[in-house]
Amino acid sequence: MIEAVGLTKRYGAKTAVYNLSFQVRPGTVTGFLGPNGSGKSTTMRMILGLDNPSAGHVTIAGHPYRKLPNAPRHVGALLDAKAVHGGRHARNHLLCLAQLSGIPARRVDEVLGVVGLQDVAKKRSKGFSLGMGQRLGIASALLGDPQVLLFDEPVNGLDPEGILWVRNLMKQLAAEGRTVFVSSHLMSEMALTAEHLIVIGRGQLLADMSVKDFISANSADFARVRTPDTDPQQREKLTAALTEAGGQVLPEQDGALRVTGLPLPRISDVAHGASVRLWELSPHQASLEEAYMRMTQGAVDYRSTIDQRAGLQQQLPAGAPDQFAPPMPGQDQPGWYAPPPPQQGGQPFGMPQGAPGGPYGGAPAGPNPYAQQAPAAPAQAPAPTPHTDNEDSR
Amino acid sequence: MAATQVLRSEWTKIRSVSSTVWTLGLAVVVSIGLGILISWLASNDFDNLGAKDRMGFDATAISFAGMGLGQLAMIVFGVLVVANEYSTGMIRTSLSAVPQRGTFLFCKIAVATLLALVVGLITAFIAFFAGQSVMGEHKASIGDAGVLRAVIGAGLYMTLIAVFSMGVAAMLRSPMLSLGILMPFFFLISNILGNVSATEKIGQFLPDQAGLKIMEVVSPVDDDTPYGPWGGFGIMALWVVAALIGGYVLLKKRDA
Repeated sequence: MIEAVGLTKRYGAKTAVYNLSFQVRPGTVTGFLGPNGSGKSTTMRMILGLDNPSAGHVTIAGHPYRKLPNAPRHVGALLDAKAVHGGRHARNHLLCLAQLSGIPARRVDEVLGVVGLQDVAKKRSKGFSLGMGQRLGIASALLGDPQVLLFDEPVNGLDPEGILWVRNLMKQLAAEGRTVFVSSHLMSEMALTAEHLIVIGRGQLLADMSVKDFISANSADFARVRTPDTDPQQREKLTAALTEAGGQVLPEQDGALRVTGLPLPRISDVAHGASVRLWELSPHQASLEEAYMRMTQGAVDYRSTIDQRAGLQQQLPAGAPDQFAPPMPGQDQPGWYAPPPPQQGGQPFGMPQGAPGGPYGGAPAGPNPYAQQAPAAPAQAPAPTPHTDNEDSR
Repeated sequence: MAATQVLRSEWTKIRSVSSTVWTLGLAVVVSIGLGILISWLASNDFDNLGAKDRMGFDATAISFAGMGLGQLAMIVFGVLVVANEYSTGMIRTSLSAVPQRGTFLFCKIAVATLLALVVGLITAFIAFFAGQSVMGEHKASIGDAGVLRAVIGAGLYMTLIAVFSMGVAAMLRSPMLSLGILMPFFFLISNILGNVSATEKIGQFLPDQAGLKIMEVVSPVDDDTPYGPWGGFGIMALWVVAALIGGYVLLKKRDA
């Protein structure tokens, strides 16, 4: 059990972690999520007594880490896979850690086998790939057979087999009744691994709930409805009818409609009543990734912008599709990534205002209408130029 | 956390990196090789010396002349032992395994010091006997007054240089910064301060200038150094203690 109370860390004027309180319980994998620079690693270091909190405190099994009796037998941690002396053999690296806590050398060979590094045990870790480094780091965390395990981004650089292995390892460790605390910036990974989530952004707690609750609280079920592309009037008609029936209708980038608040059979009935033909009527659930993106949108510290390549590229001929804008969750594009939460009215779903040719006219017929509504780049492509310029100037 | 466990672990750490062998090996080879060369040159040059210089001819100290360069390798050893923890990031793993930071630091330094002492003493004895063997009639004997003290002292000097570097590295953390300060300091600045008359009074209290006194058997004729061999060694030891305390205090309160 890890317990943080009012944990705060300031570096000069910058506050890395502010008033963070949470509990990590044994028996489950707890995911620790946040964008880059949101304070995950700082929090992990404070848990391990490496950094002193500016305020608040964090304990493991009721003790501050530095007061923990025989800490390495109680807590195992992977903080940084590259934090290894490159000139030392993998086995010697683990051996010196084992000797620190009086663990027999036999155990070193055991964990090397567990993480699959037995063949490179006598190789210098300098030549290790990031994935091999992660395995070595996981081996050092497992060394003392600890009850509490902390992993900072353990799947970084691992191959698919390795990711699956880590995922199962975490679950297995938790099933044995251990406390497992795993940080990641990949929501999709956590959705598969963790049962409980702690989400932070800019060092503050955004969510502390089970994955199940997180999904139901943050993602809305919706229906995707598609009328014949050839007849935009049908769409307007259906929109009006559905709104009248109490649904919320949001146009999507590719010309489909996103309907919330009405069950699928009802939508079909309404369409039938309005004599509108449907090309698609499908149930959807916003992905966890989308929910997470929306939650952390305002708390992202490092935001990517479009690479203008101003000094590198010749001007493309006029009319060429040169505005290939990657999706960017920006302040002036609220809710682009994800549907608005069901409890709020929310804002229109990313349809560029004042698009040429009326609200529906600009929709291209290109993308596969049955494809999952993913925040794919091409969907953004036909954005009107002034809008894109706005983004550029940011 | 038993200190013996930390000591064993630190011994594994120190013997499992090649930089240990390289730096200590270089210290031995350079100190002995250069010592023999300078001893041979000095004894050949003896006849050209003035009366005053002949009086102050110190065969023992001359055989340790190679240590002026060999100590630089000792500095590198001392710096790398401590600062490598920081440059690799290993320090976080180490300190989360040994939350008692004082135990960690002093066990690390104890292991490295013991190794440096063994290497330093071996270097000193070999440098002495090898140096004397090429000095012909001017050579000193290990049984002469003060000679054994000087030989052991030379070994201790090499050790303390390494320990001082460990303390400085514990304060500065970066190996490049530590070496960038220590190397020019011991190779140039300290020598300049100690040999320019205006700064001599300060220079002779610097760690290496004071520590070198213990290698002397015959004092220079117009020597006005206010301390003897062990006095000088004591001054050097104080510097070392100060560096270690500085390193410990900073490690204790700093974020890792």
